[in-house]
Amino acid sequence: MTDLSLYVLDIVQNSIAAGAARIDISLLREGRRLVFRVDDDGRGMSAEMCAKALDPFTTTRSTRRVGLGLPFLKLAAEQTGGTLELKSELGKGTSLSAEFDAEHIDMPPFGDFAGTVFALIQGSPDIRFVIKRQNDNREYTLDTDELLEQLGGEVPLNEPEVLAWISDFVNEQELRVVSYEL
Amino acid sequence: MKSLEELKAIRERTRGQMNLRKEDGPDNTRIVVGMATCGIAAGAKPVLSAAVDQVGRRKLDHVVVTQTGCIGMCMYEPIVEIYVPGQEKVTYVKMTPERMEKIVAEHIVNGQIVGEYTIGANE
Repeated sequence: MTDLSLYVLDIVQNSIAAGAARIDISLLREGRRLVFRVDDDGRGMSAEMCAKALDPFTTTRSTRRVGLGLPFLKLAAEQTGGTLELKSELGKGTSLSAEFDAEHIDMPPFGDFAGTVFALIQGSPDIRFVIKRQNDNREYTLDTDELLEQLGGEVPLNEPEVLAWISDFVNEQELRVVSYEL
Repeated sequence: MKSLEELKAIRERTRGQMNLRKEDGPDNTRIVVGMATCGIAAGAKPVLSAAVDQVGRRKLDHVVVTQTGCIGMCMYEPIVEIYVPGQEKVTYVKMTPERMEKIVAEHIVNGQIVGEYTIGANE
C-alpha cells in the first residue's frame, strides 16, 4: 500500500465482509498524532480469532491461505512508532484503532481520500457510512444517511452523479482541513 | 463549496430513470473490479473510478459496476471481469484507468474484445 487512503479502503473491506450495516470511519489528527479508527456493527470475531487476526497466515477467505490487510496496517503504524489495537465481540462488531506519528519519516502520505470514500460507497451503497475527519481544530463529517435524506430514497448513492458529488465534496473538505492558511 | 442542496437537484434530474439500472438485471452488462488487498495495492481504486466515470459520462444505463474480493490470481491485479449477457466472461488483467476507458469504448460500446489486455494474452 502506497498511502494511508489505500489502507483505509482495504481495512474497511473487512467490515463490509463482516456484514456491517453501519461503519464509522474516523481519521483524526492532533499535532503529530494521527488516529485512524473503524467501528462496525458486523458479526464480530471470537477472542481467539481476534488474537489471530493480525497474523498474516490467518484469513477467512478460501482463495488463498494468507490475509495481509491487517498485518500491513499494523506494520505501517508501527514503523512510525505507533500502534494498532483491535477489539471485537461476536455478534456485536469490531473496532480498530491505528495510531501513527504523522511526522515520522516512515509515515505514508495521506493519498487520495476522496477516491477511497468513492470506492467504499460505490461498492456498498446500502451500508451507512459515517466518516469523520479532523485536523487539529478543523473537521468535517460525511454521513450517508444525510445524503439519502436529500435524495429522498429515489436515487441510490451509487448513481454516478451522486458519486461524483461525494468525491468533489471530500476533495473540497480535505483541502479545507489540511490547509494552513486562514 | 459542495452543498447538500445540490443532491436535491440531482434527485430532480435523475428521478424516474432509476428503475433502468438494477444490480442483478438479466440484461445488464457487468463490470466487476477486484478490490481485495491485492487489487487495492496494485491500483484497483483509480480503475474503479474510471469505470464509474465512463459509465456515467456515456450514460450507459444497462451497465453496472460492481466490486468483488480476491479473484485468486493476485499477480495479475488489478483485474476486471466483463460480463455481457449471452457471452462468455472476459477477464482483463494488469488494468489501468487508461485501459479501462479503452475497454468501455471498445468492448462494451462497440462489442469488440480488447485482446491485448485479456488474461489469455498475458499468461
